[in-house]
Amino acid sequence: MDIDLMLKVYPFFLEAAWVTILLSVLTAILGLICGTLGAAARLSRFALFRFLGAAYVSVFRGTPALIQLFILYLGGPQIGIQLDAFEAGVIGLGINAGAYMTETIRGAIIAIDKGQREAARTLGLSSWQATYKVILPQAARLMVRPLGVNLNMLIKATALVAAIAVVELTYTAQRYIGSTYKPFEMFLLAGILYMIIIYVTGRGVAWLDRKVQIT
Amino acid sequence: MTEQTHFVEIRHAQKSFGTLEVLKDISLNVERGQIVGIIGSSGSGKSTLLRAINDLDPLTGGEIWLDGVQVNKTLPHRQYEIHINEMRQHVGMVFQHFNLFPHMTARENVTMAPKLLKSLYQAEADKLAEEQLDKVGMLERIDYYPSQLSGGQKQRVAIARALAMQPKLMLFDEATSALDPELVEEVNMVMKKLAEEHMTMIIVTHEMDFAASVCDRVLFMDKGVVVEEGPPSVLFKKPTQDRTRAFLRKHIEGAS
Repeated sequence: MDIDLMLKVYPFFLEAAWVTILLSVLTAILGLICGTLGAAARLSRFALFRFLGAAYVSVFRGTPALIQLFILYLGGPQIGIQLDAFEAGVIGLGINAGAYMTETIRGAIIAIDKGQREAARTLGLSSWQATYKVILPQAARLMVRPLGVNLNMLIKATALVAAIAVVELTYTAQRYIGSTYKPFEMFLLAGILYMIIIYVTGRGVAWLDRKVQIT
Repeated sequence: MTEQTHFVEIRHAQKSFGTLEVLKDISLNVERGQIVGIIGSSGSGKSTLLRAINDLDPLTGGEIWLDGVQVNKTLPHRQYEIHINEMRQHVGMVFQHFNLFPHMTARENVTMAPKLLKSLYQAEADKLAEEQLDKVGMLERIDYYPSQLSGGQKQRVAIARALAMQPKLMLFDEATSALDPELVEEVNMVMKKLAEEHMTMIIVTHEMDFAASVCDRVLFMDKGVVVEEGPPSVLFKKPTQDRTRAFLRKHIEGAS
């Protein structure tokens, strides 16, 4: 194993890791927005919204994220969608992550005992008041850990955008293999950096989860 | 449409879940200040009837009137929601499993709805919480979370929460059924206190002794109908119907 080479190239990988982190953060934000809307649609009083929410989830969980990225980035221009690779990466991965988060958020909401809503409604609260005063504060606490799992998956999924030439960790590793012919070292280095990102994120999620629990 | 003359009036209440008819043409009047107990085995429809009064389980037929206003009137969705939210503010409900909000302290459980719906100032809300929790003997635990309270304490907070909206009518849905036997009495004491203050109450219960001691009238329900009703002294001592006798016999045997 060529440790010297790894030490020589690692600053470039570190730079790429920041791109991966930025990509992850933006994807997570977009995913949360899509997931919240998706969950609201899935739980709507109106059948049309429920159908649209369910369709969103099954389409984006039912096809490979890589295909979704290719359709958006490579197929997009054909139907008038012009995005650069980074934008396509964020939007494609964000919408994909949102489909998973839809189910996480919905799951946490329906896990709240229905007696909670009943108690709120019998006091005279409207459906929406019961939702935001009673259901969501409890559901939010339940969501932290499973959303943490979604976040973990999403960070690893950012590796896919290497396929559309976004210069992030995986793409950088591939590029350095071209010039060094050392795939073991290059992928190992990328893997270590992914693991650090995932580990720190995981600790953050665990901390948040502890912090929001009711005494 | 006939004029409503009773405080609570249930007219020909009918409720079906698919082909299963759980309430069959029940009519019942309750006067202001009266305490009515409903007894019967599980599946008799007694909880369904109670939950129909504030439209938690909407009827499929019949009418519910409260203090001159029809509860379950036919309105477009949005208007109905406004109407029912207003109605429910006047009807307190206590559940078998308490249904306290676990992310709120006792104080917050009590003040949340009044603050939201009656726009109280914080000082007024605090005073209200203190009054209501004092009434149920829970003032010392005002800043405790439900998870830090025993079952009996939770139920007392739940009663305070309902009372904080200043209801005209209180509904109790097996309020002591989920409690350990030694905790039942503290909740019964609170209900007795409300009875002394002439709160109008409809109480679904499994506790015959309690029903006998506080209720003005007791209804025995079976298979979706009111089999027999009367003052507890008559219903418990000299029931006229075979089904009532069988139920009471079984219940007394079961208790001993």
